[in-house]
Amino acid sequence: MSGVQDYKSSLSDAEQSRKYETFSYLPPLSKESTRAQIQYIVDKGWNPGIEHTEPENATSNYWYMWKLPMFGETDVDAILAELEACHKAHPNNHVRLLGFDNFAQSAGTAMVVYRGKSV
Amino acid sequence: MAVKSYNAGVKEYRETYWMPDYTPKDTDLLACFKITPQPGVPREEVAAAVAAESSTGTWTTVWTDLLTDLDYYKGRAYAIEDVPGDDTCFYAFVAYPIDLFEEGSVVNVLTSLVGNVFGFKALRALRLEDIRFPIAYVLTCNGPPQGIQVERDILNKYGRPLLGCTIKPKLGLSAKNYGRACYEGLRGGLDFTKDDENVNSQPFMRWRHRFDFVMEAIHKAEAETGERKGHYLNVTAPTADEMMRRAEYAKELGAPIIMHDFLTGGFSANTMLAQWCQNNGILLHIHRAMHAVLDRNPHHGIHFRVLTKCLRLSGGDHLHSGTVVGKLEGDREATLGWIDTMRDSFIKEDRSRGLFFDQDWGSMPGVIPVASGGIHVWHMPALVSIFGDDSCLQFGGGTLGHPWGNAAGAAANRVAVEACVEARNSGRELEKEGKDILTKAAKSSPELAAAMETWKEIKFEFDTVDKLDVSHK
Repeated sequence: MSGVQDYKSSLSDAEQSRKYETFSYLPPLSKESTRAQIQYIVDKGWNPGIEHTEPENATSNYWYMWKLPMFGETDVDAILAELEACHKAHPNNHVRLLGFDNFAQSAGTAMVVYRGKSV
Repeated sequence: MAVKSYNAGVKEYRETYWMPDYTPKDTDLLACFKITPQPGVPREEVAAAVAAESSTGTWTTVWTDLLTDLDYYKGRAYAIEDVPGDDTCFYAFVAYPIDLFEEGSVVNVLTSLVGNVFGFKALRALRLEDIRFPIAYVLTCNGPPQGIQVERDILNKYGRPLLGCTIKPKLGLSAKNYGRACYEGLRGGLDFTKDDENVNSQPFMRWRHRFDFVMEAIHKAEAETGERKGHYLNVTAPTADEMMRRAEYAKELGAPIIMHDFLTGGFSANTMLAQWCQNNGILLHIHRAMHAVLDRNPHHGIHFRVLTKCLRLSGGDHLHSGTVVGKLEGDREATLGWIDTMRDSFIKEDRSRGLFFDQDWGSMPGVIPVASGGIHVWHMPALVSIFGDDSCLQFGGGTLGHPWGNAAGAAANRVAVEACVEARNSGRELEKEGKDILTKAAKSSPELAAAMETWKEIKFEFDTVDKLDVSHK
């Protein structure tokens, strides 16, 4: 059994165990990859939106909206700047980026870009 | 007005049922049959016989035919085509007036179209290749209980395929050990675990114990990971009453999703369960045991794309679709044809994908295709590329067979699927660069690295038996 590794996850070790859906099993996205993901949302014709929450309330469907979804925004830098502004205003919160697909009436994608301290 | 008189005896079918000048109506139900006739029987006569025997006709004229307007109710064989690359058979196209079918009843449609006619002596073999359900008929059916968008909202999963795992060994585990296997997979990063199709309520594990233990597994994994999880609780049962009893208990426990085998359980039970799921906010996973009996022989039976359409009408939120790349049969282009048929609102006729008709689903929700059977992490780039986000990728042995156990196996698959989605969104070509993408992701995931080491040699390269009909097979 020496080659077998333990899978580290538990109720008590939040930092190790709590996940946030898409991309949360990867290391935090690099600046470059974040840009690529934003570009993907724009290229899909989806409307970018930003939401944030205290980590203890992360399981709720409704996180706090950061302003309104950025309808029609296609400038990657402008979207990045809003993500940073949200993070700066709420440094301890999870901040996620969504791409709203108004034809499917659903988010086309969603990803946590800034991770707060998990509980 | 012409008056008909009664002449007893046998008439040639083509006098009544072969109508090459007929233009199908938007409300007609259209069918494409692949017919292998007995030697010496003319094509028009066989095609007309199929139209007759699947609609109003019988082998002899009866006086009561004259009490109705049979020319209105009859099926019409309106076209014949060669089958590319196979001169033993031909395609016959038949139009049926919508009045022939009870509203909202896939049962009734199939009883007509694939009923007695399949045993008809003038045929050596017969295959129902495709059906065009008119939108007027589609809208009489209940369809998928929730649909793809609602499922995503219920489960909070966006922008990636869902991940599942069938618990193995498929038979023989106690309920408590079974729940352990589920818990390990879910805490490792799966969205779903799944009852195998033949897990119903055997002496070694009665359904109620299974439901109890599995729900605890879900709750603990949800608390641990902060993500929403489910397990397809199989409610397939010997009677519809018993099926409903199991479904009610799953609801009482708060299960988000249950499961049914639509072919062995039957369309009547399936439609009943789907409507109940819609009324109770529960997702419905559909397994397709017995399908290969019906759909694998290229000359006889019912093509899977027809079964797919029937299931979408009867109701289900997930349906097993084949993997293209795993251990089970499935031609790539044909599979793409029927996964579009599951998910899209309008699908164009496309012979290169085996689609014989335009199919309009209107506002009917879509079904998530489930790729399951003999797949592992090395298949992930191809699977994400073929199936896209609105799919459920299910790794049974490919999760549970991980050398460090289910949680590590689940984590390996989760890392792999996320790495593939991230790479795809960044504009990379998954099927070309798959190895590179996985290798890079494995650098920060020892679980993925171990999985890649375990399965690198496994391939399934048998030739497909049921291929699309093309000139050069």
